[in-house]
Amino acid sequence: MASSEKKHTPLLHIVKRDPGTLTWGYKLLVRGIAILAALVVCGVLITLLTGENPVVVYGSMISGVFGTSRRVWNMLQGVAILLCVSLAVTPAFKMKFWNIGAEGQVLISGLACVAAMMFLGDVLPLGLLIVVMVAASVLAGMIWAVLPAIFKAYWNTNETLFTLMMNYVATQLVAYFLKVFVKNGSGVLTPMPEFGLPVIGGQAYLLNVLIVLVLTILVYVYLKFSKQGYEITIVGESENTARYIGINVKKVVIRTMLISGAVCGLAGLLLVGGTNHTISTTTVGGRGFTAIMVSWLGKFDPLYMVLTSFLIIFLEMGSQQVSTDFRISSSISSIVTGIILLFIIGCEFFLQYRVVFRKNRKENV
Amino acid sequence: MERPLALECRGITKTFGSVVANKNCDLQVYHGEILAILGENGSGKTTLMNMVAGIYFPDEGQIYVDGKEVTIASPKDAFSYRIGMIHQHFKLVDVFTACENVALGVEDKGRYRLADVRRKVIEITQRYGFVIDPDKRVADMSVSEKQTVEIIKVLYRGADILILDEPTAVLTPQETEKLFNVLRRMREDNKSVIIITHKLHEVLSLSDRVAVLRRGEYVGTVQTAEADENSLTEMMMGVKVELNIHRSEPKDTKERLVVKNLHSVNDEGKPVLNGVSFTAYSGEILGIAGIAGSGQRELLESIAGLYHLTEGEITYIDPKTDAHENLRDKTPIEIRDLGVRLSFVPEDRLGMGLVGNMDIVDNMMLRSYQKGRGMFLHRREPRDLAQHIIEDLQVVTPGASTPVRQLSGGNVQKVLVGREIAAAPSVLMAAYPVRGLDVNASYTIYNLLNHQKEQGVAVIFVGEDLDVLMELCDRIMVINSGMVTGIVDGRTARKDEIGLLMTKSNKEGE
Repeated sequence: MASSEKKHTPLLHIVKRDPGTLTWGYKLLVRGIAILAALVVCGVLITLLTGENPVVVYGSMISGVFGTSRRVWNMLQGVAILLCVSLAVTPAFKMKFWNIGAEGQVLISGLACVAAMMFLGDVLPLGLLIVVMVAASVLAGMIWAVLPAIFKAYWNTNETLFTLMMNYVATQLVAYFLKVFVKNGSGVLTPMPEFGLPVIGGQAYLLNVLIVLVLTILVYVYLKFSKQGYEITIVGESENTARYIGINVKKVVIRTMLISGAVCGLAGLLLVGGTNHTISTTTVGGRGFTAIMVSWLGKFDPLYMVLTSFLIIFLEMGSQQVSTDFRISSSISSIVTGIILLFIIGCEFFLQYRVVFRKNRKENV
Repeated sequence: MERPLALECRGITKTFGSVVANKNCDLQVYHGEILAILGENGSGKTTLMNMVAGIYFPDEGQIYVDGKEVTIASPKDAFSYRIGMIHQHFKLVDVFTACENVALGVEDKGRYRLADVRRKVIEITQRYGFVIDPDKRVADMSVSEKQTVEIIKVLYRGADILILDEPTAVLTPQETEKLFNVLRRMREDNKSVIIITHKLHEVLSLSDRVAVLRRGEYVGTVQTAEADENSLTEMMMGVKVELNIHRSEPKDTKERLVVKNLHSVNDEGKPVLNGVSFTAYSGEILGIAGIAGSGQRELLESIAGLYHLTEGEITYIDPKTDAHENLRDKTPIEIRDLGVRLSFVPEDRLGMGLVGNMDIVDNMMLRSYQKGRGMFLHRREPRDLAQHIIEDLQVVTPGASTPVRQLSGGNVQKVLVGREIAAAPSVLMAAYPVRGLDVNASYTIYNLLNHQKEQGVAVIFVGEDLDVLMELCDRIMVINSGMVTGIVDGRTARKDEIGLLMTKSNKEGE
C-alpha cells in the first residue's frame, strides 16, 4: 500500500543553502568542475561537428590570445575597453537601476569626441584639443545617462526601456553625422590618428590600459569605501531603508547615473580618441551589453570584473583564432563561448542550492 | 469511541539552510473537529501546515489522509486529497468579483460557466452562513470579506480539511465571532478545521483539541475542555512563565513630544490618520494598542518624517534647552540636524530598519555614516559599536562581518534596537519590537525599553499583545481607524476595556 504511493515522492528536491556554511575551497572546487565540464562538453561537440582533436583546438584558442606579443596587446586592449564600460554600468546596477544603455552612452561620447577632432583639430593646439575631447566625451556620456535617471527619479519612468531607446537615438545620430559630414558620401570617416590621444612607451594601447587600471581602482574604492558608494548600496538593497535613514533617493539616482555616464564617456574617448580615431555606428560593437554580463558575473566587484572581462575577451579572441586556424564557421566559436558561459553561470546554482535525492525510507524496505 | 482520522502527520522535519523549522512533528486531526495549532511566533506552525497544503515538501516524515500514506508535492496534490489552506496573505485578483476569483484556476471539464459557479457559491454561503455578495469586486471588499472569499474558494474545490493561518489577526472581535460561527457549522458538517493561532482565548472558545508546537517541535495535544490559559502557556513556553515585567514609577516626567490633530491619507486617498493627538512624556512608556492596520505604522512614520501629513502638528521639546521644534514635513535628516534625538525601531526590520545583505558593522553606520569629514566612510566607530552590541546584548552571530540576514529574528532585533539606543535618544519609538521573538529575546527587549525609560527617554511602544502592553506601559493609547479612541492608565486598565476601545468607532461609524 505504502509502496504504491512511494513513486510519487519527487526524485529530488532543492534546498537552499546557508551561505555561511560554504568554504572558500568548496566554491573554487565547484567553479573548477564547471569549467572542466564545459571544456569536456565543448570538446565532444567540436569532435562530433568538425572531427578535429579538441586538445589541438584548445591549443589554437590559447595561442590566439597569448601567441604573439601583438595578440597579447590586442587582448589587453580588449579587456581594457570592455572593463571600462563594465565599470561604468556597475554603480547603476548596484543601485538596481537597470541601465542597458551603455552602448548608446559610449557611442554618443565617441561622437562628441570625433566631432571635436574633426572641427577643432586644425584650430586648437594638440594639448588643448585633448582637453576638449575629454570634456566633450564625458559630458555627452553624462547627458545620455542622466536623462533616463531624471525621468526615473521624478516621474518613475521605466529606466530599462528608456536607456534602451536612447541607444537607437545615439546610433541614428552617428549615422546622420556620417551622412552629412563625410564629404565623399561613402559614409566612412577616414581615421584621424594625428588628433588622437598620445602614444606612450611606443605601444598604441598602453595608455588605454593604464587609464582603465587606474579607473578600476578608483571605482573599487568609490563603491567600497566612500559615503556615496554606501548610499548606492543602500538604495539598491532597500529603498525603504534609504527613506528611513533620510537618503534622498532621487539625488542618489541622478548622481550615480552622472558618474556612470561619465565613465561611459571615458570609454567612448578611449575607443575613438585612443584607438579607432574614427567612428561608425558599430564602433561600440555590443560592448555596452557584454559589459552588463561582465558586471553581473563579477558580482559588481571591480576586482572580480577584471577576471570576468578577461574571460569574455579570451573566449572571443580564442574562438576567432579557432575559426581561422581550422577554417570552420565562426558559429562554432559562438557555440563554444555560449557553452562555457552557461556552465560558469550555471554552477552558481549549486553554490546557492543543494539538491537532495530521494531517500529510500526504511519502513518501506 | 475511536473516530477515524482525517489527517495524520508522522515525524515531519523541515529545515531551511541551518534553521530547523520543524523537527519530528506529529499531528492528528479527526473528522468533524476543530483543532487549534498553538505556538509562539516562529514555532513552526505555518511551516508544518504549508507542508500539508503542498507549499513545502518535508525533508523527512510522512503524511496520511484517511489512513493512507500520501505524497503532497504541490497545492494541486493537496486539493486532490481535499485539503485547502487559507493563508494569512490573501491571494485574490483585485479586479475580479468574488465568483470570478472562486472560478479561477479550477480545472473543470467542459465549458466555463460563471452562472454555475455563482449558483454553487450561493449554495455554499447559505449552507455555512457566510455573508457575501458574489458579484462584488475584491478591490471593493473589506479584509473580512476577502477572507470569506478565500474560504469559499477552498470549499468550492471540495476541501474537507480546512487550514486557516491566523485568520483573526486582521479581524475585529465581531468579525471574529462571525467567522467562528461559520467554522462551527463546518464542524457540524463533518469537516476538519485546523486553525493556526497564538491567541489563547480563541483556542479556548473555539477548538475541540489543541496541538502545541514549541521551537519547531511537537509538544503534545490536549483536549480543550481539560486545558486552561495557564496550562497552555506552560506547554507553549516549556516552563511556567508569568508575565512579570518590572515597571518602575515614571519620575521627572516632562512633555517631550506633543502631537496635535494629525491627518493623513494613503496612496489610494483613503484616510489613515484621522486627527490623532497625544503627548509623550519623558521617563514613561506610552503604549499604542489597536487592531493591526489601524494607523500605527503611519503614525510612527509621520513622526519620524517618513509619511506625509495633510494636517496637524508635531512639536518636539528639547530636554536641554526647552526649545520647541516643529517636526512636521521635515525629512529624517532635517530632524537630526535640528538636534532632535529621535530613534525609531520600525516594524519591518530587514526591509526598513536594517539592510539584510549588509554586515552588522555596515548596518551600524546606517544612521551615522555621514558623520566625519571627507568623502570616505569611517568604519572604526561602527565596528566598535557592533562589537559592543554583540557583547552587551549577547547577539548570537559568527562575527561582526556576518550579513544580518543570516541572524535569527531575535538577534536581528537586538542589532536594530541596540543601534537605535546607542544613538542616546530622547524619544524612542518601537513598532512591534517583540514580534516573532522568543520569550528570552522578548524580555531582553522589554528590559532595554524599561532601561531607556529610567534614563528619562520618552518611549512609544506599539504592541499587539494586550497583556504585555498592560504589564509594560505607563499609559496605553488605543487607536482605531486612525483615531484615538482612548488613553488609559496601564496600571489600572482592564483588558475588556481596552478591547472595547479597539473597536469603539467601528460601532459608532458603521
